[in-house]
Amino acid sequence: MICVKNNTTGGAESISSMQQFLLRRFVLTILTLLIVSVIVFAMARVAGDPRTLMLGDLHTQEQYDRLGEKLGLDKPYYQQYWVFLTGLLRGDFGNSIREHRPAGELIQERFLATLELGVAAFLFSLAVGVPLGVLSAGKRGSVLDGIGKIVALIGQSAPGFWLGIMLIFLFAVNLKWVPASGREEWNSIFLPAITLGWFFMAANMRLVRSAMLDALDSEYIKLARAKGVSSTSVIWKHALRNAVIPPLTFAGVSLGNMVAGSITTEMVFAWPGLGLLAIQSTLKADYPVLQGVVIIFTLLYIAVALLVDIMYAYLDPRIRYA
Amino acid sequence: MAKIAHPNPSLTIDPISSIWRTFRRLPIMPIIVLGGVVVAGVFANFIAPHDPTDGNLRERNLPPFWGSPRTAEKLVVEVPQSGQRHYQVSLEDARAQDPSINLGDTLVMLSGPGTRAGGSSKFLLGTDELGRDILSRIVFGARISLIVSAVTLVIGGGLGVFLGLSSGWYGGWIDEVIMRLVDIILSLPLILVALVMVSAFGQSLELIIGVLAIWIWPRFARQVRGEVLQLKTMDYVSAARIAGASIPRILFIHLLPGTMNTVIVISTLQVGIVILLEATLSFMGAGVPPPEPAWGSMVADGRDHLVDAWWAATMPGFAILFTVMSLNLFGDWLRDELDPRLRQLE
Repeated sequence: MICVKNNTTGGAESISSMQQFLLRRFVLTILTLLIVSVIVFAMARVAGDPRTLMLGDLHTQEQYDRLGEKLGLDKPYYQQYWVFLTGLLRGDFGNSIREHRPAGELIQERFLATLELGVAAFLFSLAVGVPLGVLSAGKRGSVLDGIGKIVALIGQSAPGFWLGIMLIFLFAVNLKWVPASGREEWNSIFLPAITLGWFFMAANMRLVRSAMLDALDSEYIKLARAKGVSSTSVIWKHALRNAVIPPLTFAGVSLGNMVAGSITTEMVFAWPGLGLLAIQSTLKADYPVLQGVVIIFTLLYIAVALLVDIMYAYLDPRIRYA
Repeated sequence: MAKIAHPNPSLTIDPISSIWRTFRRLPIMPIIVLGGVVVAGVFANFIAPHDPTDGNLRERNLPPFWGSPRTAEKLVVEVPQSGQRHYQVSLEDARAQDPSINLGDTLVMLSGPGTRAGGSSKFLLGTDELGRDILSRIVFGARISLIVSAVTLVIGGGLGVFLGLSSGWYGGWIDEVIMRLVDIILSLPLILVALVMVSAFGQSLELIIGVLAIWIWPRFARQVRGEVLQLKTMDYVSAARIAGASIPRILFIHLLPGTMNTVIVISTLQVGIVILLEATLSFMGAGVPPPEPAWGSMVADGRDHLVDAWWAATMPGFAILFTVMSLNLFGDWLRDELDPRLRQLE
């Protein structure tokens, strides 16, 4: 009820409520990020002691201490955290212990590979999911609709790593169309992109299908049909225009989730992205890199969630008062 | 479901036909698959035809029962060179199969290096690279999936319901703190957290359950909180307060039952996700420690032998796929039966 009153009293008040909402969300996001930074810091310390990993089993206490001094690990935890946090604010993640160069540089390189994979998977999920959704809604109950349902169900239920291995077996080992792993060839991208995008393709298909069914049931479609517009034109022009809105809103969320979901895919295909970097730095206790990667992953997730929240609040004023 | 007056009242009273109608709506296939998984997990010792962790190396990489034997065409020589045993055979071994053979001939060998026995009913789904029966490992793997998902659900679901109830009832800073915690946990990359935990504390069943429980409680808390926010404004709750009911009594006796439908539906859908995550973590080497046969680690083991034995990685994957698929179908059905409002939920 409040929102109705608000909308009729004019724009000024609703803008201030939007500003209030934004301010609140912003403060909460900063708070969340701060706590996350503490968790990430703790995670990186727990992962292992880089000193013993680097020196091996045979080392003297003196060597151990000297290395600790060099890496700044001799200081108390709160000082180490302060170094980490202030560095973070300057965009400095510290130096990689293994690679002897800035962790930020390493992360940037790997981020491009993950981004490439994410965009390719995203395009695949739209290019296959949307037409499949449209077709299965247009011919409801047909064989095509049945196939669409099965595809969606498999997308929801198949473990990504297994799907990837099955694709490798079929298209890389048996048919030899594409390489089984790596990022060297131009066609290396296909299998990882399909593996990562499959789930989102299925989700897009379901979203488009139900939005299409709603749209096809509406008055303006009946009018278009009554005026003698061809069935193809009604489906692909009139209805689809309204049915792409849900997958587009979902797109933002899925792009964020895809980056997080890329860890397994990158591992299966040895795709040199952030996920693989995270796994390697965990195994080697390369804590500056590990901290950086986890922070980046979390930041991406939070940024996308914030963006979606703001978008929804903009579209639906009721949310601002929740 | 809304009750619609039947045009012929005499038909609606008959209890047998109403039971039959409910029965007909049941998702039969998912129930059969899930029942199978539960029975396999509980009675694994009696069902599995072989020991899941003990294999015979002589029987390694055997195909499933429909698999055909593989023969090898070899050149008959005096002494086969090392590394050429897939292409050369000694005269003595060749004569054992075909006494009329001579040096320099080629012979299709039925046994020995480079050949493989056909599938048999002894190993229905074949064996892995250590000669362990894959079917038996899948059956015992069901037990691990069952334990992990049940315990995770009890701990994570219980915690989530409790925190959701408190969050919705008290509001204010308690709500704020709990919801912030929810945001934080949802934003952390679970797989990385689990990997770090494993590298710090080592692989164990307890650890994997702990990580998964921490990961699923926010989903319960959010949903239950939303329900409580609606329920607590209802007259019957106010009446209970006026009558002097204690807060625990209101939370657990008056509010909890109202959220039960939601909790049951989320549970079914979350079990599927928990099984997928457990499999993913096991696949990455962060799950239940070997040689316990978890489905995910079976896929990981079979992955290196795709060319020799594709079934080793494929079969456990199908076990995961069918189980999760059935859970999703069953969850969808349950949601429509119990609470159609949840359809907006993913």
